Amino acid sequence: MTIPWLTLAIALPALGGLAVALLPRDRAETAKRVTLGVTLATLLLVVAMAAQFAPSGSGPLQFEEVYPWIPQFGISFAVGVDGIALVLILLSVLLVPLVVLAAWHENDDAPDQGKGYFALILVLEAMMIGVFAATDVFLFYVFFEAMLIPVYFMIGRYGRGEGRRRAAVKFLLFSLLGGLLMLVAVIGVYVYGGTFLWSDLADPAGGLAGVDTATARWLFLGFFVAFAIKAPMWPVHTWLPDAAGSSRPGTAVLLVGVLDKVGTYGMLRYCLELFPEAAKWFVWPVVVLSLVSIVYGAIVAIGQSDMMRLIAFTSVSHFGFITLGIFAMTSQGQSGAALYMVNHGFSTGALFLIVGFLVARRGSAAIADFGGVQKVAPVLAGVFLVAGLSSLALPGLSPFVSEFLVFLGTYAFHPVPAIIATSGVVLAALYILWMYQRTMTGPLPDSLAKLRDLSGREVWAVAPLIALLVVFGVYPKPLLDAVNPAVERTMQQIDVSDPAPAVGQAGSSSGGAEGESE
Amino acid sequence: MIPVTLPGAALMAAPVITEEPPAIDYGLLAPMLVIFGAGVVAVIVETAVPQARRRVVQVALTLAAVAAAFVLTVLQVGMLPADEAGATVAFASVAVDRPTLFLQGTILLLGLISLLLIAEHRNGESAFAAQAAAVPGSDEERAHVMAGSQHTEVYPLVLFALLGMQLFPAANDFLTMFIALEVMSLPLYLLCGLARRRRLFSQEAAVKYFLLGAFSSAFFLFGIAMVYGYAGSVNFARIAESIDAGGAGVVENGQPLLLLGIGLVAVGLLFKVGAVPFHNWKPDVYQGAPTPITALMASCTLVAAFGALLRVFGVAFGGAAADWRPMMWIVAILTMVVAAVIAVTQRDVKRLLAYSSVVHAGFILTAVIANTAEGLGGALFYLAAYGFTTIGAFAVITLVRTHENGPEAGDITQWAGLGRTSPLLAGALTLFLLAFAGIPLTSGFIGKFAVFEAAVAADATPLVVVGVLSSAVTAFFYVRIIVQMFFAEPEGDGPTVVKAGAFTGSVIGIGVAATLVLGVYPTPLLAELLPDPGGETPAAAVGFTR
Repeated sequence: MTIPWLTLAIALPALGGLAVALLPRDRAETAKRVTLGVTLATLLLVVAMAAQFAPSGSGPLQFEEVYPWIPQFGISFAVGVDGIALVLILLSVLLVPLVVLAAWHENDDAPDQGKGYFALILVLEAMMIGVFAATDVFLFYVFFEAMLIPVYFMIGRYGRGEGRRRAAVKFLLFSLLGGLLMLVAVIGVYVYGGTFLWSDLADPAGGLAGVDTATARWLFLGFFVAFAIKAPMWPVHTWLPDAAGSSRPGTAVLLVGVLDKVGTYGMLRYCLELFPEAAKWFVWPVVVLSLVSIVYGAIVAIGQSDMMRLIAFTSVSHFGFITLGIFAMTSQGQSGAALYMVNHGFSTGALFLIVGFLVARRGSAAIADFGGVQKVAPVLAGVFLVAGLSSLALPGLSPFVSEFLVFLGTYAFHPVPAIIATSGVVLAALYILWMYQRTMTGPLPDSLAKLRDLSGREVWAVAPLIALLVVFGVYPKPLLDAVNPAVERTMQQIDVSDPAPAVGQAGSSSGGAEGESE
Repeated sequence: MIPVTLPGAALMAAPVITEEPPAIDYGLLAPMLVIFGAGVVAVIVETAVPQARRRVVQVALTLAAVAAAFVLTVLQVGMLPADEAGATVAFASVAVDRPTLFLQGTILLLGLISLLLIAEHRNGESAFAAQAAAVPGSDEERAHVMAGSQHTEVYPLVLFALLGMQLFPAANDFLTMFIALEVMSLPLYLLCGLARRRRLFSQEAAVKYFLLGAFSSAFFLFGIAMVYGYAGSVNFARIAESIDAGGAGVVENGQPLLLLGIGLVAVGLLFKVGAVPFHNWKPDVYQGAPTPITALMASCTLVAAFGALLRVFGVAFGGAAADWRPMMWIVAILTMVVAAVIAVTQRDVKRLLAYSSVVHAGFILTAVIANTAEGLGGALFYLAAYGFTTIGAFAVITLVRTHENGPEAGDITQWAGLGRTSPLLAGALTLFLLAFAGIPLTSGFIGKFAVFEAAVAADATPLVVVGVLSSAVTAFFYVRIIVQMFFAEPEGDGPTVVKAGAFTGSVIGIGVAATLVLGVYPTPLLAELLPDPGGETPAAAVGFTR
């Protein structure tokens, strides 16, 4: 425990970002290489840390570090991870180098701007690790809000199309509004709980245990609204399609693949564990909103004419599944939700990256601008198909495992929401396959006759994701082993146990999951 | 060494001529005396030193005096006994205690930085009119510009204004406070009218500020009379005792007198703070005044005015908090909401920052309403943090011009593309704007957290909710400036940025450093202000002395 793993993992990209920002303007090439090097080093560092993670360790958190920061307000720089936080950090540090690789030539038109984009990516990476690792509510809030600034510039300054300024401002204002409401709740947590340390606050014997019911519900709402905007959940999702549609594909990968996960992660970590009673009281409203998100996101996705926006809407639908799994309050549901966050990062990340390759070739993400691509670029079409199928949760690919677990958990909670949610799967087949059909199959327009297939660099950028989709689709045990102890602890914390099965004998959650992964 | 506080009996003694002159510990007043002395010397310099060398002498004298006064103030903090809040001097008319020393130190430091901006000189041209008495656009004015005349009277005026600002939060009775108010305000009225460019705007601003300021002073004075009628004294400690005792018995059923007095005094103080509905002067004055003077007002005057507000409502009227709290709630809510909404429609950067300053005043008011040690500490931190940031922002504004040797680019559309042409300058302003918006890792966030935390702890959560909502609205217009600078294509050649002189450059540098340091590691400063959870270190939040 002598190595401050998490602090190092936060500091490395942060310092890298600073270094890249300080490079002279004409050194765009150096900036790219430094960025890739730093992100790979961070990946190695985090993997080395994860190798020492003991899934069934003694305490809830591992690699804990606590340093006093602002003692006058009881604020510390406290970091630590449980299984869920660890897999999300792993997801983040894996996606970032892929995004850098995919964005390699994006700045070639305006080399003097290139280093800014890469510096922002590195700063963002530091904050992404920080936000998942923070175990001090104040520190979490600091990362949660500060993260907006790099993304804001990544969309507004480096985004695509005329709408990018509006989209960036919309993104920032939506997020700020949620964040500021959360600030009131964060202050409330301190005033009522007397500390910011998550482990003390979540302690059922102390911390927030004495807060009266009404206050706890308000505090829950303060956090929940911020996370719902972030997630994004219907009806506060409207910023996401604009932001994703106006950003570079790489930005969209990080935005949807990682940043939005902060919302669902926050629900699990803060809403449920700090305010268990209030969370139980809000179960049905959240379940209903989740169902609306699932169905609405899917239906609207079908109608999109722009692939970036389409994928953004599918994410609204997918995030509905995640929140449904979290608030079903069953261990399968929550394991599924935690797993879903990771798998969605893989599959959506791959989709956005591939669309990015299409954009780089054609200069447009409009579905109407494509057709018959598989004839000239079979590899591209192939990975697009795999990524698409993973998005619709085809068995054998990893999102299937998580989606199935969510269904299982939701059904145990109540059959009706589970049945409604299944419609999302049907609609998913529609939006994915129809998009594939219109862009990759059919007659090849003359304008696309010279379309290049994936280059080596581009293959390297998506291959890891495709591989992981397949590996964890067949063998999800490592992920589940990491996630399950954390979920069990959460269930204990909120003092719920799985409902007794109506028929037959339900296995333990991990056993059940293995059964489904044939 | 701190002398024994004069016994209260001395105050009440009949005005009989005593054999011995009153003992005044001039050591405690030293920082103010230094500034006063320097101001007087600066006036003499105006007559004694030939014009060619006058500016250099004035700048050196002023900077040295303010720096010396700052050092003296810091030394005084170290001399205060740990177990005492502070002492009163000169018949208890001036209090020297931890919060006051913090406020005075902040004022002097911010004043020093503003002075760097005021002293900035480019191609023989300062921010001030060559000859303020000349009619704008006249031949006489042109002749003075050609001759390179300049108003070095600016420096003594600033020194006297700083003296008033030092005394304002230190005043321990209403008469001293009123004198401080006037000493502070009169030089500022003049300074506002001295802008080199857009002189009619500037003169209009000065007249408006003067007329409205005179009105508010009259309200303030009238309120003092009411309070005197209630308590039989203008001394804050006596007034507090009277309120605690349920009236001094000067008049029967004096409660209405007290309430009227509180209300009228509040008008005077809230005017200086710029709270709605007494905020109307701020946009006009901030826009019209020479930008370095705007920086001085936006930082130092705000600190002084809030210091006085905190003392009056914490010490003198502290016992009547239940009576003034509803009024302050309404003012705070109006301030946060109205100013934020109006700001959205503004196009001029200086006006925008003026409305922003009004909104910030609303945030600090939530800490005043809390009326607790945490509230006091939070407000003091906020004032210091905001001061550094706002001076930095105005310093940036002095550099961005419509064209070479042109006036400052006021309209935000003229700022389009600044981020491409001058990324460092635009980056600095972006940092300041993010601090105004209260984004974490900037000082603005810690300040906002400190005052809101105090308000929530004092059961004013609805105020805090209004505060964060108005924060979200204000974020909109800060973001708009950022959008203009970084995301918009420049119109034509874009704005012209004049080269930052050493003075302006260091002002911006200090602003950036303070904004970041106070945002990332505010612990040392907060340790001076807030009670340490573990230790026994004395903090300013122990409160004002009575």
